[in-house]
Amino acid sequence: MRPFAYERPDDAAGAVATVTADPDAVFLAGGTNLVDHLRLGLATPGTLVDVTGLTSTEITDLPDGSLRVGAGVRNADLAADERVRTRYPALAQALLAGASGQLRNMATTGGNLLQRTRCVYFQDLTTPCNKRAPGSGCSALDGWARHHAVLGATHEPAGVACVATHPSDMAVALVALDAQVRVLGTDGERTVPIGDLHRLPGDDPSRDTVLAHGELITAVDLPPSPIAAHSTYRKVRDRASYAFALVSVAAALDVADDGTIRDARVALGGVAHRPWRATATEQSLVGAPATEDTFRAAARAELVDARPVESPRGGTAFKLPLVTATLLATLRDLTARTAATTTREDPA
Amino acid sequence: MHADLSLTVDGHHHTLTVDTRTTVLDALREHLAVTSPKKGCDHGQCGACTVLLDGRRTLSCLSLAVAHDGAEVTTADGLAPEGELHPVAQAFLDHDAFQCGYCTPGQICSAVGMLDEAAAGHPSVVTDDLAGPVTLDRAEIAERLSGNLCRCGAYAHIVDAVAEVGSEVAR
Repeated sequence: MRPFAYERPDDAAGAVATVTADPDAVFLAGGTNLVDHLRLGLATPGTLVDVTGLTSTEITDLPDGSLRVGAGVRNADLAADERVRTRYPALAQALLAGASGQLRNMATTGGNLLQRTRCVYFQDLTTPCNKRAPGSGCSALDGWARHHAVLGATHEPAGVACVATHPSDMAVALVALDAQVRVLGTDGERTVPIGDLHRLPGDDPSRDTVLAHGELITAVDLPPSPIAAHSTYRKVRDRASYAFALVSVAAALDVADDGTIRDARVALGGVAHRPWRATATEQSLVGAPATEDTFRAAARAELVDARPVESPRGGTAFKLPLVTATLLATLRDLTARTAATTTREDPA
Repeated sequence: MHADLSLTVDGHHHTLTVDTRTTVLDALREHLAVTSPKKGCDHGQCGACTVLLDGRRTLSCLSLAVAHDGAEVTTADGLAPEGELHPVAQAFLDHDAFQCGYCTPGQICSAVGMLDEAAAGHPSVVTDDLAGPVTLDRAEIAERLSGNLCRCGAYAHIVDAVAEVGSEVAR
């Protein structure tokens, strides 16, 4: 591990100034991903700027009905918060579906968003990887591709190809819930819609997000939304716990009494370089009856441009039917719950 | 590059000077000769290094010591006063919840931290009603302890041991 200096500025603005001024400095929060990367030799910063205690660890109600989550709030505390559990259940479930109890006690809201792909080739310094070593190639394209992308990836040219997926569960729920990310830079604070925070690989897979070096996430705002209370998160993985998603779905449905879908929010995990807002699925659902045929058509609409990795050592074609099945199961579940709620609320 | 820091480990106060790259796990084992937490994978995947850091179960292999100046660390060794066994440790003995024992200190710290979380009403991903009370059945215990691997495969007895203690914890 390369030697590094450790700094703990007095406030968030000081941390931003320090990292902005030093291309060799990085922020440290919970450390669950960064410390591993230091050990792997994947991250070689000259200075760690610890932001623990510099961003809020509180979850607060805002006057407009939003819930503000400080960037320093631990994943375990966010999942346990009563308001999150009742108003944004998909977020609580996504958090609880991620990592382990120990890691959730350590990982922060800001850090979770900025964790990096678990692509085995990205983490293996002996192999080509355009994300880690731009221009070197993508080893996953003809390698062990199982956790890799089916949507929005770059398959060619070879020098920029990247089929990595974003590993966060939390971020998938936040995308479905239309969260707003508050970011502090040297010019002050700006707000980035969560759906715009993470990038597709495009022609520069080395960059995961739109944040500039030195910009610090200070909070995540969850807007008020009646539909969010009827949200859920479903995760499919190779083992029942403590594994990254092969495919996941965060969704919310508003179904009218006559069975028509009034509103829908759908995001997919495990399928792309960023948490994937399934806008084609949403458009296909709204106004249609909440039936199996509608759900199937909605899944097809999203996957029409899908392109799996076709590797001789296992590709990601299996994810296409898995996305459909997971989406259908989630939408069925939400529809049944909405019906149950309506029945309960019937005065008769 | 070095840093001076203090740690309270199992009730004993220590001051030490470490390279900034030192993890809490290495500070405990290599600098303070506290060998109860074990180094398994050193990548946050096995849970053998689990300690209670300021009261919460934490992976000491992914925690930099320099970032935890002043912290209070409890290892499996320090859970009960000298000469006594913590109820979770006693249950591990009673239920034969280990074979080689390498993962056991991490399992015990994780179970103790988990029982506190459950007593505080924290749900898990297998909790049916997110807003409801927590009942520590076998599925809940297995899910909540999934961050601790046991390569001997003593899981069935580990769940028995934790279930016994869990049944006495406030629901």
